[in-house]
Amino acid sequence: MLELFKNISEWFPELLQPVVYTGLKAVVLLLPLILSVAMLTYVERKVIGFMQNRVGPNRVGPRGLFQPFADVIKLLFKEVILPTNANKGLFLIAPFITLVTAFGAWAVVPLSSSYSIANVDASLLYVLALTSLGVYGIILAGWATNSKYAFLGAMRSAAQMVAYEIAMGFALIGVVMAADSLNFGKIVAAQSGGIHHWYWLWLFPLFIVYFISGIAETNRAPFDVAEGESEIVAGFHVEYSGIAFALFFLAEYANMILIAALTSLLFLGGWLSPFEGIPYIGAPSAFWLLAKMGFILFCFLWFRATFPRYRYDQIMRLGWKVFIPITLVWIAVEGLFFYFKIGPFSA
Amino acid sequence: MPSFKNLYKMFTLSELRQGLGVTFRNYFRKDVTVQYPEEKTPQSARFRGLHALRRYPNGEERCIACKLCEAVCPALAITIEAEPRDDGTRRTTLYDIDLFKCIYCGFCEEACPVDAIVETRIHEYHMEERGENIMTKERLLAVGDKYEAMIAADKAADADYR
Repeated sequence: MLELFKNISEWFPELLQPVVYTGLKAVVLLLPLILSVAMLTYVERKVIGFMQNRVGPNRVGPRGLFQPFADVIKLLFKEVILPTNANKGLFLIAPFITLVTAFGAWAVVPLSSSYSIANVDASLLYVLALTSLGVYGIILAGWATNSKYAFLGAMRSAAQMVAYEIAMGFALIGVVMAADSLNFGKIVAAQSGGIHHWYWLWLFPLFIVYFISGIAETNRAPFDVAEGESEIVAGFHVEYSGIAFALFFLAEYANMILIAALTSLLFLGGWLSPFEGIPYIGAPSAFWLLAKMGFILFCFLWFRATFPRYRYDQIMRLGWKVFIPITLVWIAVEGLFFYFKIGPFSA
Repeated sequence: MPSFKNLYKMFTLSELRQGLGVTFRNYFRKDVTVQYPEEKTPQSARFRGLHALRRYPNGEERCIACKLCEAVCPALAITIEAEPRDDGTRRTTLYDIDLFKCIYCGFCEEACPVDAIVETRIHEYHMEERGENIMTKERLLAVGDKYEAMIAADKAADADYR
């Protein structure tokens, strides 16, 4: 496929060639991404429905498969209401900030050893930076709406992001220490050698902390106090309707998929096969990455169907008093692994 | 200081995993949803739905305007006016039930000495215009005429228990 893109880009003048080449690669990644966001909303409603002994959406199309498209069309045609006292500029720009940061992070996420839009050496830092920027969209939305519920949601979200970003960063430091690189390709390559070489085993506490922080970062249940339907209506996006709301929705689900991709890449061996060494099914391929992402996304939905929402102070306690100490201790333990040359850390 | 057992439970997330187990088991359990317009739940012969006024087999209306239903109605949903008919029998000139006031308690049906007013098992009806919520005598009799077979069958099924 990359060959084909190269050939297509050669029809253009020399100056445009890299732009066209990267653009094509971006389209090939982003279109399925948007489509999978749509399907994820459908799967979410189905999975949660099944877990509650219901059937979920089943009216639009075969087995309700076209439900997300019906929802999108409905949202497109709805009016975007601007609250009278809202700060109009910020109000409209906020959903774009969330969306741009959610999609922008995908620029460096590789799908296989050969396919990524941009192969940046500090890709992990880039992703961390962009996902942190995403909270600005939420804070701006809450602030610009000029409503107390939205503002409360934004404040909660900000505090939560700050708390969990640290734990998440420390978990990533563990991975970076082990892989000796910030490049996703190299991090995955460092995990090769079978399922027991993936970092989830050796960095198990970091893996759990990273995954849970990831759920908190994406404001998903049980960490969805920023939305908290039962307490503050819908949090930062109470006053958003129509396409502006759809953008927030899109960004939230794109972030979920991003966290799933990152967890798979950093801790579950990315595109490496769990059956390494066995011919054919042992070969690394994008399929394995997608399968791992699918499993993690299922966990996202599973958690949402299972756990009640954390109270705000419980979230703060978990972030500051549990996760940060755990990650610090395990980074120290990892240092000992290196010192005594245990496991895959003997390099 | 939490006990060792509590610490162990906390760090192994045992209670969270139990919860996940419950939802995972239910994932494979059969859904309880009844797909409403296509599937319906069974209905009792005593179901209290839309009202109807019945007639005798010879076509004469049963209601003799005793106003027991009007008196017993806890929601004051029934309005009756009566006059002697040309043949000297006592009949209603007005028999209105306000479906918005009605609480479907079935007391009117219980009170009726001639089984004239009944509540049928019809529960799928709607109003489109103002005033349609008032079931007039004509409309009540029309419902009774249309569903007489069903009403009679339901009465017969319930007769043993009265």
